[in-house]
Amino acid sequence: MSASRAQIVGVGESTYTRWGKIGDITEHALACQAIQRAVEDAGLSMDDVDGLASFAEDRNEAIFLAAELGLPALRFGNMVWMPGGGGGCAAVSNAAMAVETGQAEVVVVYRSLCQGQFYRFGSAGVSTEAPAEPAPPSLQQANSLLLASMGFAMPYGLLMAAAAYALPTRRHMHLYGTTSEQLGMLAVTFREHASRNPRAVMGGRPLSLEDHQASPMIADPHRLFDCCLESDGACAVVVTTPERARDLAKPAVEILASEQGAPKGYGFGPFTNANIADELYATGGCEEMAGRLWAKSGLGPADVDVAQLYDHFTGCVLMQLEDYGFCERGEGGPFIESGALAWEGGSLPTNTHGGSLSEAYIHGLNHVVEGVRSLRGESTSPVEGAEVCLVTSAACVPSSAVLLGKT
Amino acid sequence: MPGDERGVRSVERGSIGEDMSERYFPDGMPPPLADTTTLPWWQAAAEHRLVVQRCADCQATRLPPSPVCAECRSPEFDWKEVSGGGSVYTFTIVHRPIAADQALPFVIAVIALDDSGGIRMISNLVEVECDEVEVGMAVELVWEDMSEELALPRFRPRQS
Ligand SMILES: [Zn+2]
Repeated sequence: MSASRAQIVGVGESTYTRWGKIGDITEHALACQAIQRAVEDAGLSMDDVDGLASFAEDRNEAIFLAAELGLPALRFGNMVWMPGGGGGCAAVSNAAMAVETGQAEVVVVYRSLCQGQFYRFGSAGVSTEAPAEPAPPSLQQANSLLLASMGFAMPYGLLMAAAAYALPTRRHMHLYGTTSEQLGMLAVTFREHASRNPRAVMGGRPLSLEDHQASPMIADPHRLFDCCLESDGACAVVVTTPERARDLAKPAVEILASEQGAPKGYGFGPFTNANIADELYATGGCEEMAGRLWAKSGLGPADVDVAQLYDHFTGCVLMQLEDYGFCERGEGGPFIESGALAWEGGSLPTNTHGGSLSEAYIHGLNHVVEGVRSLRGESTSPVEGAEVCLVTSAACVPSSAVLLGKT
Repeated sequence: MPGDERGVRSVERGSIGEDMSERYFPDGMPPPLADTTTLPWWQAAAEHRLVVQRCADCQATRLPPSPVCAECRSPEFDWKEVSGGGSVYTFTIVHRPIAADQALPFVIAVIALDDSGGIRMISNLVEVECDEVEVGMAVELVWEDMSEELALPRFRPRQS
């Protein structure tokens, strides 16, 4: 244990449900609930919290949550630019930097999603209803850099994440012979992990490879069960200094290393990065960042006992396995097929909570929560003797990762 | 269209006003969004010219249009018209509608453009059976006039 490295001392979450099922409480109220539970789990008081961190266009701004929660003083309010789920681990990293440099002492990282109260993810607010007063299609003003970039994707119908991330996955299949069955086995493995997790939205719904292969095609090669859930829920983790962590309620988990980033030209991932280097296209784009993570921690893929890998789509997990060096480039399919990711008997038990495919889709911050639980011995699929856990946030899009260690 | 004060305005199509192309996608597809950096590309498209941006200093090409060359950081550029030939780099077959009255499934593909300096672009494949689409398939450009002032480049299997 390092004397200066930040630690995670508390985790908490709301109930997780299917998309649109939480309507009686606002998204920000749910954020407050998760934050309060995480602070309570840490054995701290809300009066101790002086920082809030989140990521990716969070609707629930820290300034308002600080007011709603009655924080005595907000010293650190921070949001990461990595898109979508790519910023989850980066938000933890920013919280760690804040406490390590004395900008704040107790920072809560949070995420709340009740997308049914807004619009469906992947529709960008676009309706499939015919308009009452149709106008001839015309060029429109882009009011942001994102929209100007998306101008080269949206007119072709590239709006759904399931379609965008299908593009690198299809290329991976072409280059390496990766199969839909290999992707399916990954989904089946994570569902099996969810079966022991009472928080998992799909915990009571067993999934077989046959079910996966029979599920409707959404955006080839993505079948329904290759896609993450769409969920309502919130979760939070509490980051503080090692001094502060020493006498708290539960064993702390150390943040051994954290990294964020994107390769050259990566932009908004497969929505906008058709021109990234050929050798990068059928990857998760995390290889360079993974190298930095290993170098900083002095550890390597062989040291990881359990992994919580961002699983927006099955193929993106497969490409991460290669990026982080758990197997050779192009070998992700056979690696999954070998049973490596299974809690029972696998060399790299992965997504022991069920992941976004089977626990809940909280933009991957629930993977950090599970990372902490897996090192505290609190996971419902516990990995005996686990000391190092890799948690990642997104792939095939600008992303981030943290390496957690048992204290 | 909104935002005229920023230089974004509707454009005049050269010769094809009365002679509109075949339609593949419904009017309700999401409209293109442009700012002053990307507008010239859309103006060229309206005239049925498929162009890539080319650095005036190092000749590197790029798309979507951007303010400086990512290779040498020069802000100077011109536009290079490409033939419209290309090949499928990767693709997805989408089974969910984006707009009302849309034919399903439809194909989104990344097209590697010939004689473009290595540029790829996102577009659609049309006039093709979905189960025939494969990586490497040779394609050619076909313009779809969405309206008098908006044309989109799509691609179909190469016929010549
Ligand atoms: Zn240049």
